[in-house]
Amino acid sequence: MISVNQLVAVSLVYVAFLFAIAFFAERASARGRSGWLRSPLVYTLSLSIYCTAWTFYGAVGYAARSGMEFVTIYLGPSLVMIGWWWVLRKLVRIGRAQRATSVADLISARYGKSNLLAIVVTLMAVVGVTPYIALQLQSVTLSVSIFSNPTDADVLSQSTATFWVACGLAIFTVLFGTRNLNANERHDGVVIAIAVEAVVKLIALLAVGIFVVWGIAGGIGPMLDRIDSSPIGEWSMDRSRWVALTALSAAAFLALPRMFQVMVVENEDERHLQIASWAFPLYLMLMSLFVVPIAVVGLDILPAGSNPDLFVLTVPLAEGRGGLATLSFLGGFSSATSMVIVATLALSTMVSNHIVMPIWLSTQAEGAQVSGDVRNVVILARRASILLIIFFGYLYYRLSGGGAALAAIGLISFVGVAQFLPAMLGGIFWRGATRWGALAGLVVGFTVWVFCSLLPSFGPDAVLSAAVFDHGIAGLGWLRPQALFGVEGIDPTVHAIVWSITLNMVAFLGVSLVTFPQPLERLQGAQFVNVFDHSTQARGWDAAPATSEDLMVMAQRILGPADALALFRAEAERQGVTGHLPEPTQGFLQALERELAGSVGSATAHAMISQLVGGASVSVEDLMAVADESAQILEYSNRLEAKSAELSRTARQLREANEKLTALSVQKDAFLGQISHELRTPMTSIRSFSEILRDTDELEQSEKTKYASIIHGETIRLTRLLDDLLDLSVLENGQVSLNLDTGNLNDVIGQAVLSAGGDRSTRLSVRHENAELDHPLTTDLDRLRQVFINLITNAQKYCDAPQPELHIDAMDGGDGLRVVFHDNGTPIPAESRSLIFEKFSRINDKDGSGAGLGLAICREIMARLGGDITHEPRSDGNAFIVHLPVRAAMAAQ
Amino acid sequence: MGKHVLLVEDETNIIEAIQFLLSREGWQVDTHSDGATAVEKVRNMRPDLVVLDYMLPGKNGIDILTELRADPDFERLPVLMLTARGQSRDRDLAERAGVSRFMTKPFSNTEVVTAVRDLVQLAQ
Amino acid sequence: MTDHNTNTTLFLERRSYRRRRVMDALRLLPIVGLLLWLFPVFWPNAKDGPDAPASVSMSGAVTYVFLVWVVLILSALVLWWVLSKHSGEASDPPEQQR
Repeated sequence: MISVNQLVAVSLVYVAFLFAIAFFAERASARGRSGWLRSPLVYTLSLSIYCTAWTFYGAVGYAARSGMEFVTIYLGPSLVMIGWWWVLRKLVRIGRAQRATSVADLISARYGKSNLLAIVVTLMAVVGVTPYIALQLQSVTLSVSIFSNPTDADVLSQSTATFWVACGLAIFTVLFGTRNLNANERHDGVVIAIAVEAVVKLIALLAVGIFVVWGIAGGIGPMLDRIDSSPIGEWSMDRSRWVALTALSAAAFLALPRMFQVMVVENEDERHLQIASWAFPLYLMLMSLFVVPIAVVGLDILPAGSNPDLFVLTVPLAEGRGGLATLSFLGGFSSATSMVIVATLALSTMVSNHIVMPIWLSTQAEGAQVSGDVRNVVILARRASILLIIFFGYLYYRLSGGGAALAAIGLISFVGVAQFLPAMLGGIFWRGATRWGALAGLVVGFTVWVFCSLLPSFGPDAVLSAAVFDHGIAGLGWLRPQALFGVEGIDPTVHAIVWSITLNMVAFLGVSLVTFPQPLERLQGAQFVNVFDHSTQARGWDAAPATSEDLMVMAQRILGPADALALFRAEAERQGVTGHLPEPTQGFLQALERELAGSVGSATAHAMISQLVGGASVSVEDLMAVADESAQILEYSNRLEAKSAELSRTARQLREANEKLTALSVQKDAFLGQISHELRTPMTSIRSFSEILRDTDELEQSEKTKYASIIHGETIRLTRLLDDLLDLSVLENGQVSLNLDTGNLNDVIGQAVLSAGGDRSTRLSVRHENAELDHPLTTDLDRLRQVFINLITNAQKYCDAPQPELHIDAMDGGDGLRVVFHDNGTPIPAESRSLIFEKFSRINDKDGSGAGLGLAICREIMARLGGDITHEPRSDGNAFIVHLPVRAAMAAQ
Repeated sequence: MGKHVLLVEDETNIIEAIQFLLSREGWQVDTHSDGATAVEKVRNMRPDLVVLDYMLPGKNGIDILTELRADPDFERLPVLMLTARGQSRDRDLAERAGVSRFMTKPFSNTEVVTAVRDLVQLAQ
Repeated sequence: MTDHNTNTTLFLERRSYRRRRVMDALRLLPIVGLLLWLFPVFWPNAKDGPDAPASVSMSGAVTYVFLVWVVLILSALVLWWVLSKHSGEASDPPEQQR
């Protein structure tokens, strides 16, 4: 006999093994080697979280109690998968096109990005899945209790064991699921761990089944005979349940939040769905294959009164197969953990995106533009909701007494989540569905479910009094939870399914027919229903008032600085704009909204963008397109709109260019005056003091020394200025010869910091201890150092923070090395930004000590070195980016 | 007889030189280095002569001069303007604004001292 | 237009036709599966009472359900295989990925 301690040890080793796999998978995916992680096989296996502990333990118990009825739970999903072309294909396509992060997100996006709807769906999902999580806790607790001796049982009472199981699952999920906030909500590590668990549970169940059929019964023929002579040997089936449960399982398969997560959110390639269309039914078939034999043998050899939910464990144990029982335990453990991980992950995403984020954003008075990173808030919200959801599951387990059969609990959950189906399917197939219709259907269906299925599950006199069971609410006979409207004699589960879904659909269709959708709803509806025809996104943003900087600041908070920068840079390159801020075109705004939706959900992303852009523009053309239902008009109006947007954009670019030209011409006009001023000012002092020294006899020695040193200082200033001017003219005329040399970036920066006076002479503290800086390069090192010195002295002069800091950092981009000088001073105002690299431009020069040539020289040097230097405003300062080409950065390697 | 000069200039070394030259001649020299508040300073101080730099932070010498000349009190105040931007356009601008004497930097010490003396005498 | 071109077009049309019929079968398959699995509803049932005809044996029921399952899986597999073989050279433009 295996002790509980050994079992715990085995489980811990197994969990550590899963962690290792998840860790390596994420490492591989981070390095871009995720090909095998995204294979159709892994996709199919990840779908198997449909088979939870309910399947692993409960199916056998179900079969022992009700014969073949258990199989309906697997027939429904098999039909859905085989019929992927009808529903799943569309669902996956829409989910990908809209970047839906959850069921709630999908439904809210369909009905005009309504956050109210998202909140309702989220709350319903949390309540609906709670019994299911309780089921997993119960099954793991039960399976552990089988292994415990009677003496252990005193120490390890049932409820404390459940508590520890809940804690373990919570920690496991938090560690697994929220290690990072993936931009598009895909979790490579989790998916691969789930796939491994899927294999383990399949092998475990098959092993027990093979042992039962060939080890105990003695082959297929004897097994069939044994089935016929067993207590469940006759076809005895409630016909309404057979039909209703098949339909219910199909509905739940589509509507379960965790299935949506693996099926749609984690889907990498639509072709995987086609492979899963036969591979997943195969998996389900294999999982169900030995259920009846195990049940029959269990009923036969185990003493009467044994819990049939545990036959998978007790049959091998009774035959003295400890190893097989342990494998079986691991299978059940895998089923429970994988379900809890994905289910809570999906739910916590919904809670954080649709409840926490909107609340958090509305408490921020400044709205979406406030600086700071929201990703920490999101991760924290997810962790908290994971703990909360598992706690709810534990609470349900305690309240319901933990005595019910596993299958009964699972069915309650299924009916709950099936309430999403009318709003979901109606939304993707029927353009007449409206937000209020969806809301009405959901609320009505959910209420009926709570009354007819959830509350009665706690038993008479727990939540509902026995009087309500017998006589209805307030004595109204037609309000009895298991005989609604006086219709008696139906099986309670079928009763709950039929009434909740029927009333849900009636409310959904009825309210949809009498209400009128808002423009955004109609557009989204058209996009959902016609997802395969639309080549363009119909809804547009009127981009003019949004400035790229605002968008950038917002994107940085949601996506993180590196990703946001990469996104903007890629778009700027695509548009052919120099610098790093692209034009806020319609296309870019939509892409950005989708990108943000991947992190915070579509409703929130939409709200954030509209806050900056000033409201979505659903134009007259858009409405016409919807009304006429003509793809041609839609296409045409879109083209017109794009054209007029492009015209006004071009006009703006021209205006900007003109402004810049005018500013440049004024500067060029001032150039001679400037150069004269810069040269004559020191000369004035020199001439004046030398005349004083020459003509005045009665000067004291100290005065003489003072005046001579003024002359000396001014000569040096003059020389430096001339050097700069000559340097610049040589650089500009391209007559410079480069002394190519090989060195290390770190050394060059170190020397530059020293030359600029380091930290000692000024208050500016310079940080450059980054490992990325240790980078060999081949270029003109002296020139590069000159650039660095200029940037550091600029920061010393102009950084006006109370504690000025300069961070020097390097990033190895694909196209070369970027050295970033990031200070914490006031960002340079937008109107000065285009001039800072021009000659003699001094922004905010307080003491007039600079000639305004530093950055102009830097720009020329970088151009000679084949790179460039750019400025980017950051939310907390200025960043100057020195970009070295691949050639210079790599040549030394 | 007033011997009060206001020097509006932002280069410390040049301030030092002119202050040395004029105070040796017995003038009382006050300095001011901000263009924006220069007119106010003149109003408060009522000097006998102003030495005005062309390029100043805040407000340039031409604007200061124009503003002074608009005030009847300072219509005839002697103003010696110094500039480092040796462009003929600047001289035109200054004369149109009503400058008393215009000199280009670098100047000769004797020229400056003579000019100051002449201007004050002329005004009396 | 040359004969060669016409032949190519004709050939592709035929492939496209094949592909469409495969798609039809694909759409039909779940409906067939549903009907086959709902069939047990018409079987005589032990719960029907003593007058009802002798009910189907459990082993027979198990065999029937799993046999239907295997047939559906194999059909789906074959359809997928045929479709993926066709899609490489299909005349229908593949649906655009977004």
